[in-house]
Amino acid sequence: MEPFFFFLFAAGAVISALLVISRRNIMHCALFLVLTFFFVAAIFVLLNAEFLAAVQVLVYAGAIMVLFTFVIFLVHIPRTEKIRRTFGQKNLALALGVFLGLEVAYIVYGAISAPASPAAAPVVQGGNTESFGVALFTRFLFPFEIVSVLLLAAMIGAIVLAKKEIDR
Amino acid sequence: MPTVVVEIIVVLVKIAVVFGAVALVVAYLTYLERKVIGHMQHRMGPMRVGWHGLLQPIADGLKLFTKEDIIPSQADRWVFFLAPVVSLVPAFIAYAVIPFDRNFYITHLNIGVLYILAVSSLGVYGIVMAGWASNSKYAILGSFRSAAQMFSYEIFLGFSLIGPLMIAGSLDLVKIVDAQSKVWFIVYQPVAFLLFLVAATAETNRVPFDLPEAETELVAGFHTEYSGMKFAFFFMAEYANMVIVGAMASVLFLGGWSGPVLPGVIWFFLKVMAFIFLFIWLRATLPRLRYDQLMYMGWKVMFPIAILNIVGTGLVIYLL
Repeated sequence: MEPFFFFLFAAGAVISALLVISRRNIMHCALFLVLTFFFVAAIFVLLNAEFLAAVQVLVYAGAIMVLFTFVIFLVHIPRTEKIRRTFGQKNLALALGVFLGLEVAYIVYGAISAPASPAAAPVVQGGNTESFGVALFTRFLFPFEIVSVLLLAAMIGAIVLAKKEIDR
Repeated sequence: MPTVVVEIIVVLVKIAVVFGAVALVVAYLTYLERKVIGHMQHRMGPMRVGWHGLLQPIADGLKLFTKEDIIPSQADRWVFFLAPVVSLVPAFIAYAVIPFDRNFYITHLNIGVLYILAVSSLGVYGIVMAGWASNSKYAILGSFRSAAQMFSYEIFLGFSLIGPLMIAGSLDLVKIVDAQSKVWFIVYQPVAFLLFLVAATAETNRVPFDLPEAETELVAGFHTEYSGMKFAFFFMAEYANMVIVGAMASVLFLGGWSGPVLPGVIWFFLKVMAFIFLFIWLRATLPRLRYDQLMYMGWKVMFPIAILNIVGTGLVIYLL
């Protein structure tokens, strides 16, 4: 059963991700991005990472994308206006795309050719939230703090920029 | 029969029971609300259909079923069509983890609280999509207000729950109720309960926080352009969300199913109903807030109090 669901969700994620970049109505793009986050969350659930899945939905689908739609409302793009598909970045995008494709191919090749490793032990049955928290605040405390500082800096930056506009 | 099939059948029956019960409760909440507000204002409320108007929800349902389904010509058809569904589905799937009794829940998740928060945070998309797809100024303004209000107060809702969760030491709804076997968390966490009450009222767009639907300014807010069953979906979603919030209050603050003599399900139901009665009472009592008051209250009053409450709880737990 699990492979079936994995491929179902993976296909859903890929298709909705493609629709995000190919739809020409900006609101539709945003809504498909929400759908993509959903499918990724479903894959997290299949991997027994319920905490991550819930946070994915709560933070990305529930908060960040609502802010996105909010901004779409604010800038008020007339619903009929289609967005441009390309911004003269075709060559750069192509180069990066090929590079990313090679990376993925390398990883897939490594996974296929490597001798089957024993499946990673499921993290503590009935409470991976705890192990997640413990790992975050002990082993990964430094990266965690760095991320916090980065987010804080980004927030202050945004406020400073917005304030300049207001003062003017 | 193989056990897998039996398990699936058991789960399906549970889902059917919970879904049916919730749909019935939601339908009769509309009746309850009209009746209670009526009596609070010295009126009778609905009286015509059935004994003391008891069949009113059924009559309303039939009326909405047979109404013409209008889609505005300038609307975005697909999004317009999906918005009521996106609004209703999260409201109903949140019931999957609610423990109505010690042994009666559809599924047992060890992150129950997070699941409910995550799922109910999606309800706002129904409102945003409705406002955007309707292509109407009132609907846009309504959903605009609603989006700002809901994602602000979602934060306070989450923060108000951290206190009780710290005491329970688990995100598992069943364990949280077990942790209250001696004393309900409302005793340990009165501040958190008040914060939860305010945030929950705002989350469900109820008076005094019903700015998204302020009739005097916005006709009906985000669902101005909706009619028939599509409108009924929004209506049901709102009441289903009220019950979810009531259930969360019951599980996190009021000891869930625990109580003497009566069976657990009844206690659970009574606690949820008490909470919903409070909502209706608020509606009959308070005037609507202004938008800037709403934001001021959220970010400058509730947010600092919520943080202080978490710090205080942490200190007490550390010292004990």
